[in-house]
Amino acid sequence: MTTTVPRRPQKASFRTRLLRLAETVTTPLLPEDYLDLVAPLRSGAALRGRIVAVRPETRDAATVVIQPGRGWRGHRPGQYVRLGVDVDGVRQWRAYSLTSVPASRDGRIAITVKAIPDGKVSNHLVRRVRPGTIVQLDQAQGDFTLPAAAPERVLFLTAGSGITPVMAMLRAGLPDRADVVLVHSAPTRADVIFGAELRAMAEAGALRLVERHTEADGLLGVSELDTLVPDHLDREAWACGPVGMLDAVEGYWTVNGLVDRLHTERFRPTVISPGEGGTVTFTGSGVTVEADGATPILDAGENAGVLMPSGCRMGICFGCVVPLRQGAVRDLRNGDLTTAVPGDGVRIQTCVSAAAGTCDIEL
Amino acid sequence: MTVIQKKADNPIAHLSAEDIEIIGKELDAIRDRVIADRGERDARYIRKVIKTQRTLEISSRAVLLFSLFPPAWVVGTAGLTVAKILDNMEIGHNVLHGQWDWMRDPKIHSTSWEWDHVSPADQWKRSHNELHHRFTNVVGKDNDLGYGIMRVDEDQPWKPAYLGQPLYNLINACFFEYGIAAYDLELGESLRDGRHKSPEFRARLRAVGRKIRRQVLKDYVVHPLLSGPSFLSTLAATFTANLLRNLWSHSVIMCGHFPNGVETFEKTSIEGETKGEWYLRQMLGSANISGSRLLHIMTGNLSYQIEHHLFPDLPSNRYQEIAPQVRALFDRYGLKYTTGPLPKQVASAWWKVLRLSLPNRRGKQAQSLAPAPLVSAGA
Ligand SMILES: Cc1cc2nc3c(=O)[nH]c(=O)nc-3n(C[C@H](O)[C@H](O)[C@H](O)COP(=O)(O)OP(=O)(O)OC[C@H]3O[C@@H](n4cnc5c(N)ncnc54)[C@H](O)[C@@H]3O)c2cc1C
Ligand code: FES
Repeated sequence: MTTTVPRRPQKASFRTRLLRLAETVTTPLLPEDYLDLVAPLRSGAALRGRIVAVRPETRDAATVVIQPGRGWRGHRPGQYVRLGVDVDGVRQWRAYSLTSVPASRDGRIAITVKAIPDGKVSNHLVRRVRPGTIVQLDQAQGDFTLPAAAPERVLFLTAGSGITPVMAMLRAGLPDRADVVLVHSAPTRADVIFGAELRAMAEAGALRLVERHTEADGLLGVSELDTLVPDHLDREAWACGPVGMLDAVEGYWTVNGLVDRLHTERFRPTVISPGEGGTVTFTGSGVTVEADGATPILDAGENAGVLMPSGCRMGICFGCVVPLRQGAVRDLRNGDLTTAVPGDGVRIQTCVSAAAGTCDIEL
Repeated sequence: MTVIQKKADNPIAHLSAEDIEIIGKELDAIRDRVIADRGERDARYIRKVIKTQRTLEISSRAVLLFSLFPPAWVVGTAGLTVAKILDNMEIGHNVLHGQWDWMRDPKIHSTSWEWDHVSPADQWKRSHNELHHRFTNVVGKDNDLGYGIMRVDEDQPWKPAYLGQPLYNLINACFFEYGIAAYDLELGESLRDGRHKSPEFRARLRAVGRKIRRQVLKDYVVHPLLSGPSFLSTLAATFTANLLRNLWSHSVIMCGHFPNGVETFEKTSIEGETKGEWYLRQMLGSANISGSRLLHIMTGNLSYQIEHHLFPDLPSNRYQEIAPQVRALFDRYGLKYTTGPLPKQVASAWWKVLRLSLPNRRGKQAQSLAPAPLVSAGA
């Protein structure tokens, strides 16, 4: 450790004083409101990014390359980033797995998006967004990652856009001796996102690639793993894909008592039972809406113009948690009912909760 | 002007209850069409106005650092005045109405916005959005009618104190932002009924105090000090900019509900009011200002006061677009769409302030004293 003359605090307080002076001039705005006009990606600003390229991958998927702001702290392969983008003038937040390797030389990051039918954000990102667009970002998060000491035998089970987090892991590279199998499903050969790159990796011997083209060969059943990858249960497994596939895989690993060795990443929640619906009042904003039992309170609030905090929109990040002052809500994933009376201080995840009667949300 | 219910030639006598409900439905349809179409174009508009305002404000203040040099004083003061007007009118007033909340941008949202004005945003929102817009032109309910200090309707009983109202109005115009702050606080009433001792009132008073302190510090201390040798001329510049902004917004706002042709309503008339009747009251209780695109932006599109009162939360850039449809509806139902150029409407409003400072003339309709009739439906 080196010893330094304690000058830093003084410097800092000079900076703080300067900032305060600037604030007295810019009030009621903040100095940052002016700086954002010229340097939206500077350090100290709210985290944003500038789209620098959109590269088509398949007929309905594209990779979006983003230059993140100075505050970006990097990511681990397999993690996702929350992205806020204005679609038809309305800010929409969604989560996307990072497909770039950490700490790339140009400091850029990439996500790969598959346009789903009627999907608001995915279609915008794949087909309409232009380089130069500023998007809102959040730091990378998620624990769908490889441990520091990567296991020697690995199974990746993916389908469709579920390849994205795994691609980051493959690109970052596993230990040399690692024995890696990837079983990936897509409708046709041409629909395989990163198809060429994956096949090249397989040829180079980095992994064994099992492609399943479901349009011709039908959906992959878990039981088929016995023949495709006979030692699949001896491997540490990472799975990412549609709800149906993940449910089947989880069931299978659970039955075999090996669920500890299975890691899954879900892109959307499994909805079990809708709530009853009801009148939702956002007490801080003074907004009241009728919400049906299938609509997450997050969507109901956003549609009424309430500024709702949000994150993954599927119950994993807790970015949407707010106090339920009173009333009842039902958890869309398991049908659990949560009730509150004033003073309880019950907090709910609005993205997976629907009204089950009249409720007051403190927001 | 007399409350509509007492008028000899009641301008809505020819409308049946069904007519009024159909008018309501048609207005709902206009609103729905705008909301369905609201999108990127509107978002781009407000962001551009905000960017223009900020650029103008910062550069004008920079120019004023050299305000000792007369051309710099003129350019800087003019720029700062326009920036302050844009901030209060096209941006502040409309953002605080929630016109842009649908964008879900936390930086341009009614719950987070603060404006260059001594009345704190949340207090203004309460008195303006919840009271004035709900009770538009209802005598005794809408305090915007005369701001509680003036007589603006024949039906308000005359008192000798009203003789001074032209003077009060002039003073209010010069220091309009302070007038609004006091009005949002309900200062007068609170002093009268003793509410001023309540902790709630005190908290609000402190909030206003803080806001005034910050505004004064910026305009009259820090910015002049930063100008060094130009201290006094910058002080004069910021004072002038605030004064001009006040006079401008006062004039625009007077034109909204005071000019001749605007109707007022009795307190009892709004009991059990239907949606259609509410719309009708907004239609007849407001007046527009005609003019160029620049004028509309500088008035915060309050020159489309009628459209604004019908749909307070539609994006302001849309009022101009729907105005022809709204006006066609007025024509179809034989209602008077009050509008006129700014000088004419300001004169009409001031004439009313002068006229009503005196008691009503016995036997004679006060209205006949008004200057030539203003442009109205079909003109
Ligand atoms: C942790 C995490 C990581 C993710 N990573 C990626 C990624 O790398 N690449 C990627 O393309 N997407 C990814 N997603 C999904 C992504 O966040 C969006 O849900 C997806 O792009 C759809 O959004 P949208 O606005 O287009 O659809 P919306 O307009 O929200 O929905 C349109 C319709 O599609 C349905 N729907 C919503 N999401 C899905 C879905 N995932 N699959 C099928 N139907 C759906 C909705 O119920 C609705 O009916 C990830 C999600 C999470 C939670
Ligand atoms: S948004 Fe992530 S938990 Fe609700």
